[in-house]
Amino acid sequence: MTTSLIVGLDGTPGGDSAIAHAKRVATLIGPETNIILCYVVEWSPYSFNTPEENAQRAGRRESEIKLARERVLAPAITELEKEGYQVEGRVRHGDAAEILSLLAREVNAELIIVGRKGESVRSRIFGSVTAHLIQEASVPVTVVP
Amino acid sequence: MSRIRSLVPWATSMAAFMAALIAGPARAEGMDQAISDIIGPIVNPIVSFIFYSVPVAGVQFPLIVGWLIIAAVVFTLYFGFVQFRLFSHAIRLVKGDYTDPKDEGEVSHFQALATALSGTVGLGNIAGVAVAVSLGGPGATFWMILAGLLGMASKFCECTLGVKYRNVNADGSISGGPMYYLSKGFAENGKVGLGKVLAVFFAICAIGGSIGGGNMFQANQSYQQAVNVTGGDASFLIGYGWLFGLVMAAIVGMVIIGGIKSIARVTEKLVPMMAIIYVIAALVILGFNFSAIPDAFGAIIEGAFAPVAVGGGIVGVLIQGFKRAAFSNEAGIGSAAIAHSAVKTSQPVTEGIVALLEPFIDTVVICTMTALVIVITGAYQVEGLGGVQLTSYAFETAFPWFPYVLALAVLMFAFSTMLSWSYYGLKAWTYLFGEGKGSEIVYKLIFLSFVVIGSSMSLGPVIDFSDAMIFAMSIANVIGLYYLMPVVKRELSQYLAKIKSGEIAPVDKKAKRHNA
Repeated sequence: MTTSLIVGLDGTPGGDSAIAHAKRVATLIGPETNIILCYVVEWSPYSFNTPEENAQRAGRRESEIKLARERVLAPAITELEKEGYQVEGRVRHGDAAEILSLLAREVNAELIIVGRKGESVRSRIFGSVTAHLIQEASVPVTVVP
Repeated sequence: MSRIRSLVPWATSMAAFMAALIAGPARAEGMDQAISDIIGPIVNPIVSFIFYSVPVAGVQFPLIVGWLIIAAVVFTLYFGFVQFRLFSHAIRLVKGDYTDPKDEGEVSHFQALATALSGTVGLGNIAGVAVAVSLGGPGATFWMILAGLLGMASKFCECTLGVKYRNVNADGSISGGPMYYLSKGFAENGKVGLGKVLAVFFAICAIGGSIGGGNMFQANQSYQQAVNVTGGDASFLIGYGWLFGLVMAAIVGMVIIGGIKSIARVTEKLVPMMAIIYVIAALVILGFNFSAIPDAFGAIIEGAFAPVAVGGGIVGVLIQGFKRAAFSNEAGIGSAAIAHSAVKTSQPVTEGIVALLEPFIDTVVICTMTALVIVITGAYQVEGLGGVQLTSYAFETAFPWFPYVLALAVLMFAFSTMLSWSYYGLKAWTYLFGEGKGSEIVYKLIFLSFVVIGSSMSLGPVIDFSDAMIFAMSIANVIGLYYLMPVVKRELSQYLAKIKSGEIAPVDKKAKRHNA
């Protein structure tokens, strides 16, 4: 049976340490481990936009996905595959915590791995993505320092 | 101000305009007066043409207002009171209950509605209502609400078409609106020429509307309110309307030409907040005057059917209410169809259903709040107040600090309405003259120069010109809506059939993802 590990990426160095940890876990579990790299573009269906932003949204979404694939996912996937890991990449739009926990349920993942982010003003007020993820996830979450 | 108030009625003849322009409002001088003198004579013939009136029961009835109301009644009946039948479904659509999770990252129903609303919720809700009540008495409120309820069906029809006939451009961006459904919809039935003529006519009027109601009226009322809170007739801003306009034009220019998104983004967030603060303040005032509410409603109903001391009796009141409702919620005008067309949906009719909430929120909720506050505080009985000053005064009787909040709200509403309309006008412009940086810049510069002109002119000519251009858009749009309403009906019935059969069902996001 394949074991799936989800690694949440946001293009920051935190993602690299999350990937490094995923490699260690995958090695421990064995060859039947699938690493799913998920890049989440922060987006909400309830935000307020100008008409111009709305008109360009569909096109911009495509380019966001393309950019995330090229800049973040592709290099990471290439490196992991070279080292012999089984890996796939996904780009999703939405609230990072929500998306990662939905994805975990969708693919029956064993574990979600994310890097720890620095404390920002926003996270002090509203709580960090990581804290939300821990609240929301139906599978264990590993936060890598 | 009483002279200006007397200028506002649609029936004012051209001669009266000229006389008033020559005499000029005493406080607008110098540069401002010069600009008024140049623009007035150009604007007035357009105004008289659009508001061509016939005598009905001894009152001058502008045909264009009847045109919109009849259309709203026809759509209400034709779609079987869709605004009431599908009201709760509209709310579920906005909440995202029917949104496919695969559409994440696209324009949601909520976003399309919010964007369209920030274009319509504006000065019409604050100043326009005050104009209606000051000219038509409390009874105008009743007709305004009725027009708002009927207008929901027009919005439903035009926004469904806006999505159905939109263009998806090579870069993935979306262009929609009456220009597109008029040309494509008529072409489907072999009437290419007629469709094209209507589309071009609409586009020309939309450019005019974007400059009038979407721009000059907004700039004008922001300036008025700024003068108001900085000391009224003693304000240092008196006579500096052009300077105020220049500053405003600079800020608008930074967004629409400079592409400074952060300003737009701040506005888009502040506007809904302002609307909420406004409604809460109105509710609090109504709460303070709780015991006066029955009397206020009495005055509204009595004024609606048996008005005293209002020129034109019932018809006069009705016209004021209908006119302001139409100007505020823009149902049948076609502007909303441009804003709503960017939504991501496989069923065009869903956006029409969502759009019917727009006149409800705009007119039945927000306009009614303004009207109730003006009526309940008795502010409408104070001589010499009109437009935004009347609303400001009414709120001030309860909260002495409110004019400052209102001034900020007016600025924000005006600003976001200007941004929206600059986009509507731009879409009409590029429809006529083709897309491209050069052509877009020309339009944007014209738009900005009218910000300055708008804040320099006195209220009378500005308000009449804005009305004229906005209403003119409805001539082509409503013809198109009549012609294409069977298309909307087909869309609606196949959608309702799918809902009934369960083919389209609310999405349980978590469950669906799990099965995927």
